[in-house]
Amino acid sequence: MESVLSLQGIVKKYHNHIAVNNISFEVEKGTIFGLLGPNGAGKTSLIRIITRITAADEGTILINGEKLHGLHPEKIGYMPEERGLYKKMKVGEQLIYLAQLKGLPYREAKQKLTAWMKKFDILSWWDKKISDLSKGMQQKVQFIATVVHEPALIILDEPFSGLDPINANLIKDEIFALKEKGTSILFSTHRMEQVEEICEKIILVNKGHKILDGNVQEIKQSFKENLFSVKYQGILDVTAPQTTGYTIMENKNNTLMLKLDSDTSPNMLLKKLMENGLEILHFNEVLPSLNDIFIKQVEQNNE
Amino acid sequence: MSKIWLITQREYLSRVLNKTFILTTLLTPLGFMIFFIVLGFIMNTGSDKVKNIVVADRTGILEGELKSRDNLVFTFSDSPLDQLFLKYEKQEVVGILELSSAPDTMQKKYNVQYYSDDQLGIDEIFSIEKAIGKKVRNFKLKAQNLDENIIASLDTEVTIEPKTIKKEKNITSLTTIVSSVIGGIVGYALFFIILLYGSQVMRSVMEEKINRIIEVLISSVKPFELMMGKVMGVGLVGLTQIGIWIILIPSLFFLGTLIFGIDLNAVPTMPASGAAEEVLNQQDKIIQVLAELKGLNWWKILPLTLIYFFLGYFAYSALFAAVGSAVGEDINEAQSLTMPIMLPLIFAVYIGFSAVQAPDSSLAVYASMTPLLSSIVMPVRLPFDPPVWQIIISLVSLIIFTIFLVWMAGRIYRVGILMYGKKASFKELGKWLFYKD
Repeated sequence: MESVLSLQGIVKKYHNHIAVNNISFEVEKGTIFGLLGPNGAGKTSLIRIITRITAADEGTILINGEKLHGLHPEKIGYMPEERGLYKKMKVGEQLIYLAQLKGLPYREAKQKLTAWMKKFDILSWWDKKISDLSKGMQQKVQFIATVVHEPALIILDEPFSGLDPINANLIKDEIFALKEKGTSILFSTHRMEQVEEICEKIILVNKGHKILDGNVQEIKQSFKENLFSVKYQGILDVTAPQTTGYTIMENKNNTLMLKLDSDTSPNMLLKKLMENGLEILHFNEVLPSLNDIFIKQVEQNNE
Repeated sequence: MSKIWLITQREYLSRVLNKTFILTTLLTPLGFMIFFIVLGFIMNTGSDKVKNIVVADRTGILEGELKSRDNLVFTFSDSPLDQLFLKYEKQEVVGILELSSAPDTMQKKYNVQYYSDDQLGIDEIFSIEKAIGKKVRNFKLKAQNLDENIIASLDTEVTIEPKTIKKEKNITSLTTIVSSVIGGIVGYALFFIILLYGSQVMRSVMEEKINRIIEVLISSVKPFELMMGKVMGVGLVGLTQIGIWIILIPSLFFLGTLIFGIDLNAVPTMPASGAAEEVLNQQDKIIQVLAELKGLNWWKILPLTLIYFFLGYFAYSALFAAVGSAVGEDINEAQSLTMPIMLPLIFAVYIGFSAVQAPDSSLAVYASMTPLLSSIVMPVRLPFDPPVWQIIISLVSLIIFTIFLVWMAGRIYRVGILMYGKKASFKELGKWLFYKD
């Protein structure tokens, strides 16, 4: 699959510390890529390098296979974590200005912005000042400013912070719609439940280093601990001989949490449980959440 | 380049269409006009209450006539003092002026008595003294048998008339005065404009940093483009405002003269009781001044002054932008950092004032060729027709230095705008200069 963004061996040093240490990853066309890490991990430094706000000390960045250059920012839409708009400017004027800075001609900018604002049902705000809008409303305006020039790559830094569930869903739907149209999205966050829901691939960074990367499902598989959850009817006899080959971690409300020994397969477990006289209602493998993996990995890394 | 233009446009329009801008631009000249009208009013009116004063002239030197201020009405009486005191008690008069004995022709001093329990205003006393003085003078002239014209011819007005040897320009005694006034006004105006709009650039940079839009902006444009666009936009606002004032202030003065009938031009130097001759003299002078103004080499002065303004404005406002980028929210911090920018500016304006008095002093000459100072000092010297080589050295050095300063400011700016929570010191700013991108 072709990469929209490709980072190879990026290093960024500040005078007393290394913010980014040899990081490489690829964002493929039409995918949502998660850039994860705790605060101060180097996420913002990386994003600033991609948006050409700062330059890397070492490494190469390719956008659509070309080395990053001065015109590329027009192909990128960036929504920083710290949102900012001119408070005293009117919504419409401001959006047109920001779109023009991204290289859109006036007429086209106006047309596209009108369409976006209609979509978000905020066309009536065109002549309102930013300072008269609520924080959530400003967020919508900021989102439109990020995507209006139809960039190939959209970088969202904590896009849902400060949004109520309704607006968060609205933005989420738009992100998926953009992805369907072939836009690539680099999604930076430390909120893991969102990542699991949205991202296909991730990279986890801490203190400037890459800790792990790959497909979200594959990562979860590789960190699985043979845990299974079983919902049953009947009485479990723990003294029966069939209780070997697994350990019971928890038994609550007719739901078992079991850890299988390495030589026991799920089918063998099911058989044993059934032989034990249990009626199995529900059976599934429990994969670790990204949150658990994240915390574990970061803690290990910090040691 | 087109992005710099976009930024310039926004900076310009968002300011010019702002209500505060429109109000201050229109109200300032109006304020000036009201100030001058009030001033004219104050200067023209003293006490307006009519005061009756009875004059007992025992000497006859007044010849039954005394004229001073309009509100003082003099009546002459030969009655003895005690009868006049009765009049005073009946409040028919506010006081009694008595010339009891004739002045001694050989004495400079002459005493006149004024009887009253109330004091006259200082202005009124002066004008009565002056009026009596004139009469006494006539009396003395007659007594000594002297001719007024001979006395007048004793006072000589000496004028040094400059003549050029090689230069073709026709220099008169007024040239220096007119050049000084023009130079002084230009110098002060430049100082004021650079300071006013330079600090606006600073505030605008701080605003972008505080409301965090900066990160969105510089992911679209280079910090340097943003800074230049801002400097240019604010500069154009300055030109617009000054342009409006240049048109508005004289027309308001003209209107004011028409409507209120106050001769505003006469306010600053009003001859107390101008003889017809003096008025003629003044008109003559105005014509001479106008001729002098016409005689100045405006084709050289105007464009050069504009160039100096632009260079000076760019150099200083780039520095202001750098400071704005470094401080963020704390305006106090900004004040200490702007000190080094203010110092050359203040020095320049003072050297400019001294250059008005001595345009060829070595201080003025060297300062007008020193970058940062020259953007104010050289325009002050321009009406005095400085040698071309000095202008060239001054311009070249200023251009080079301005480019250097703008470059330096850009380096500080690009780091400063993304730096939060770090206290900016000069040492820190120095380090930013050498940061890699």
